[in-house]
Amino acid sequence: MRSLIDIAQLSISEIDALLEKANDIIDNPSKYAEKCKGKKLATLFFEPSTRTRLSFEAAMYELGGNVLGFSEAQSSSSAKGESVADTAKTVSCYADIIAMRHPKEGAPLVASLNASIPVINAGDGGHNHPTQTLTDLLTIKREKGGFENITVGFCGDLKFGRTVHSLITALRRYNNVKFIFISPNELKIPEYVRESLKSDKVDFVETTDLEAVMGTLDVLYMTRVQRERFFNEEEYLRLKDSYILTPEKLENAKSDLSIMHPLPRVNEISVAIDSDPRACYFKQVLNGKYVRMALILMLLEVE
Amino acid sequence: MTVDTIKNGIVIDHITAGLGMKIYSLLKLDELDCQVALIKNAPSKKIGKKDIIKIDSAIDLKTDVLGYIDPDVTVNIIKDGNIVEKKQIALPERLENVISCRNPRCITTTEQELPQIFKLTDKENRVYRCVYCEARAK
Repeated sequence: MRSLIDIAQLSISEIDALLEKANDIIDNPSKYAEKCKGKKLATLFFEPSTRTRLSFEAAMYELGGNVLGFSEAQSSSSAKGESVADTAKTVSCYADIIAMRHPKEGAPLVASLNASIPVINAGDGGHNHPTQTLTDLLTIKREKGGFENITVGFCGDLKFGRTVHSLITALRRYNNVKFIFISPNELKIPEYVRESLKSDKVDFVETTDLEAVMGTLDVLYMTRVQRERFFNEEEYLRLKDSYILTPEKLENAKSDLSIMHPLPRVNEISVAIDSDPRACYFKQVLNGKYVRMALILMLLEVE
Repeated sequence: MTVDTIKNGIVIDHITAGLGMKIYSLLKLDELDCQVALIKNAPSKKIGKKDIIKIDSAIDLKTDVLGYIDPDVTVNIIKDGNIVEKKQIALPERLENVISCRNPRCITTTEQELPQIFKLTDKENRVYRCVYCEARAK
């Protein structure tokens, strides 16, 4: 039995197989319509989410399975002080697989150590979000044809942005991927990410100037400055509008740039960009459902 | 200054001067009811000055604590007044309930019955990270 807590648990060949499966699901959805008949997915969301939870639920329904769970901590026994470990043991009696989002970093790992069914980390605080990474990888693969020899710019909140950390972990394993990190000084990539990139001799640049590097990017991954990650409202207000992508800022961008965003967006991508053919963020949403279908099949060991 | 030799017990030698007290408290030697001596700033040919801890009992020593604080120490096991074993302590790969995670977002801050586990992620720079949230040990 396997869980997915951190994207690094998947080898490159396993990721390739998942993406291939997701592409097959996109091409032949009816083939998969009853693959999980009689199986139940428990969505344990201790923190609000629209896309991730609905995407997991839609994925399970499209595989012919069922879904149970809760969408906020207040409607679970954790409001009474139940531990993550006990919740995981309990839910293991009702469901076949768990998707868990939790505001505390490491909570899904604790769940996986105590559950008797597979656990998928659906986001733990500012730490990891491996299924968003699979979504992002599927999007890059479909848009760029692969992962090698590309320059990927990450812009915005690179400190607390868990999608950023997970995607960096996944992409750095491919050959000749260059990273450009664009953020205010207060929201730079965490030291442990920088440390591991340096020790693996991965090519990366840190800058505060988006326009200066725009022309070099093949992928621009925008992120939201997340209010819920700040202990100090004043600091959030000071940093939230650091980078707003507008059509003018794209003037020097490549014609085949892929603009991505894990969503939700607040104002960091102007709506005027939505109609630009380079905008990929709503394609990402759709890809997320397919890649989660592929992941559920893999972890439930359904052929 | 002289401290009596011990008959059966443990001598932790070559402790970097100044770290003896930290080792004493993390090993919870204050809880023992046998004789324990902490010698600070003893002269050392090898390292100039050193701390030494002598424990007059064959206790089960937590070598991961020692390795984490000062991997250069030597542990001498004494039986009938003679050194019967000299142990070199290595940097431990894993620490369990030795130090605590200080990341306020870590699950261990709200679920305090969880074991505090850290893994060695960078041997050269002696960096340990929490297995739950990957925050660096401080």
